[in-house]
Amino acid sequence: MFYRENGQFKTSYASDAQIFPIRQDRWFMLALLLVAFVGVPLAGSDYLLRALLVPFLILALAALGLNVLVGWCGQISLGTGAFMAVGAYAAFNLMTRLPGMPLLLALLLAGLVAAVVGLVFGLPSLRIRGLYLAVATLAAQFFADWVFAHVPWLTHDAASGSVTAPRLQVLGLAIDSPVRKYLFCLAILCVIALLVKNLVRGRKGREWMATRDMDVAASVIGISPVRAKLSAFAVSSFITGIAGALWAFVHLGSWEPAAFNIDLSLKLLFMIIIGGLGTVMGSLFGAAFIVLLPIFLNRLPGLLGLQVSTSLVSHLEFMTFGVLIVLFLIAEPHGMARLWMTAKNKLRLWPFPH
Amino acid sequence: MNLRNALLGMTVAVMLVGALAAPAVQAADKEQFFPVLVYRTGPYGPNGVPWANGYVDYLKMINARDGGVGGVKLTWEECETAYATDRGVECYERLKGKGPTGATVVQPLSTGVTFALTEKAPKDKIPLITAGYGRSESADGAVFKWNFPMLGTYWTAADIIMQTIIKREGGADKLKGKTIALVYHDSPYGKEPIAMLEMRAKLHGFKFVKLPVTHPGVEQKATWLQVRRERPDYVLLWGWGVMNATALKEAVATAYPLDRMYGVWWSGAEPDVKDVGTAAKGYNALAMQYGAGIGKVQQDILKYVYDRNQGTGARELVGQVLYNRGLYSAMLAVEGVRRAQEQYGKKPMTGEQVRWGLENLNLNDAALKRLGIEGQLRPLRTTCEDHMGSSWARLQTWDGSKWVMQDIWYEADMQIIKPMVRDAATKYAKEHNIPARDCAKEMTSGS
Repeated sequence: MFYRENGQFKTSYASDAQIFPIRQDRWFMLALLLVAFVGVPLAGSDYLLRALLVPFLILALAALGLNVLVGWCGQISLGTGAFMAVGAYAAFNLMTRLPGMPLLLALLLAGLVAAVVGLVFGLPSLRIRGLYLAVATLAAQFFADWVFAHVPWLTHDAASGSVTAPRLQVLGLAIDSPVRKYLFCLAILCVIALLVKNLVRGRKGREWMATRDMDVAASVIGISPVRAKLSAFAVSSFITGIAGALWAFVHLGSWEPAAFNIDLSLKLLFMIIIGGLGTVMGSLFGAAFIVLLPIFLNRLPGLLGLQVSTSLVSHLEFMTFGVLIVLFLIAEPHGMARLWMTAKNKLRLWPFPH
Repeated sequence: MNLRNALLGMTVAVMLVGALAAPAVQAADKEQFFPVLVYRTGPYGPNGVPWANGYVDYLKMINARDGGVGGVKLTWEECETAYATDRGVECYERLKGKGPTGATVVQPLSTGVTFALTEKAPKDKIPLITAGYGRSESADGAVFKWNFPMLGTYWTAADIIMQTIIKREGGADKLKGKTIALVYHDSPYGKEPIAMLEMRAKLHGFKFVKLPVTHPGVEQKATWLQVRRERPDYVLLWGWGVMNATALKEAVATAYPLDRMYGVWWSGAEPDVKDVGTAAKGYNALAMQYGAGIGKVQQDILKYVYDRNQGTGARELVGQVLYNRGLYSAMLAVEGVRRAQEQYGKKPMTGEQVRWGLENLNLNDAALKRLGIEGQLRPLRTTCEDHMGSSWARLQTWDGSKWVMQDIWYEADMQIIKPMVRDAATKYAKEHNIPARDCAKEMTSGS
């Protein structure tokens, strides 16, 4: 009744090719952005912004990066943590070794460094596929773990291998309060999400998807698998690199290589599988599921006023979380983004389904 | 999946976010809130549990025996960090604003979390006590205003182990040409002593071999293969959780003489040797002044907490090594509050006031007697320059069924450690633009 495109005619190519062809979607998106940029900072507590939303936004960005590679181009990667680490340490070295380096430029360059490393570790994808590729990218993970723990130059000879982010500021504005950190991450996520959305709608995205669906057929119709796969690796690593730098600088503040270990890579892979492969929304849903749900489960007994021991709570948290993952995958194997699409499609017909 | 289910899902999601964002319940006025960051699960759980029990039991006992501190009831809430830095940061953010005056002190029992919180605590004005762990250079209170690595750091621990080895060899000159290996947890925790040992290696001319073990430390075959190859004269163990027991098992399998193995005080508790039992006979470990045992304070805990069926863990665990260490950690925090109350009045203290209390702590013999820990801890006194207070430690040896404590008390060689702390702290201050405090001008204690 309300969500219907009747009477919205597309009279130009531009209006036909826009991201949200339905007017209600555009309004919804605008309202969502308004809430995210204005409402949440005004109403949210420091805890909500700092401890929940900032990690959520950064990991959503990393998941989006991984989704480019896995969701759109079909190349399974277990090395996301490594590319995040590359971004984090690249940004750290750029900021501390080159005084006066602006934060945004450092993030951009860190992303580029990660992209180059991603390209190198993407080379095996030209020869191997599927699970074998996953194992090859695992090498990137272990390599990064080792390099950042054992090459003191990268950490400025820090005595314990733990490094600390420099002071952050953008255009003279210090990124120090929870609200500013939140807005900074949100802005970056929005810009990159828009970029990715346009990339995957365009020629490059079609190349990726063709390669994902059948690479032999793709090469027959003139798509170079080399370029498609390597560009996916580069773009994906670029985004995860930026996310890694944000994770280190904005969220942790001080970190050691273990912050980017295999656990993080697996977590990100779960995020996009549960959220939805090959969708922007799915990356956000998945990140929310993996980041926020465990904390919610952990706090639930306390919020209900139950006195339960800490160890029991965290065991319950693990069990419930595991069960929920399985349930979700059974109920909707295509991820939470598919639920969102289904809901939208039903809404278009509601209340008169045919 | 029909529309109703989808809508239901969305409603649940909205409620979930709402519940998460709900502010903490406001507590009554006369309360002092202690966040308790613990890990009772995961590979470090066996060591985290006794520490957490000791910590919470001490707070319970103070409430039951004394009715709190100066009439102010102590409250606390546990938060599981699982020894992970990101969860630790979340716990900190979750608990820092609770209670009428916010969090009193934070004690994360993890060097990785300590590093992360060292950046945050000054902004939130919450002191950070890291009794026997954390950043070694944070002993310099002029730079690290909010850090309190009381009772010792990893540099003092490494220094004391080297002292015991020198003593055993019969002189520092005997170390020349010898090989000493460090088997360490590959994390900030395990890497902390390296700077100190490299310095000592240069000083005495021994060969220093670093053998990292990756988290969680159940796989050490490669490490001990290297031990077999290098045949070091001594092996220092810097492990935590399952890594300790595994290292001892591997040492036995490699036929490395266990009496030439020295563990830090986090590698010398019951869970570490329990599985190896008699095979680990002769293994040495530091004790942070006191090992396992029941003194007056533990008896009070049994009487006021366990006899009333309010104990946090099993009664038999009271008095274990890590239990006692958790207890001391809580004691230091409570004494910080007490000292602050002497200065600012008997009301709930803010983090800033407790920081002053911790910096002007003077636990002399009379105070130790009042606390019921005489014979367990030695006097401790903090100042603006020295946030560590004391660095006493003893050596204990596993005889196959129990820890046997040696009677010699060691103190770290401050002539070596002071300049190192100074250098590292100055470097940190420069990197972070921290203006140096002039300790001479700061308000000091009357005693």
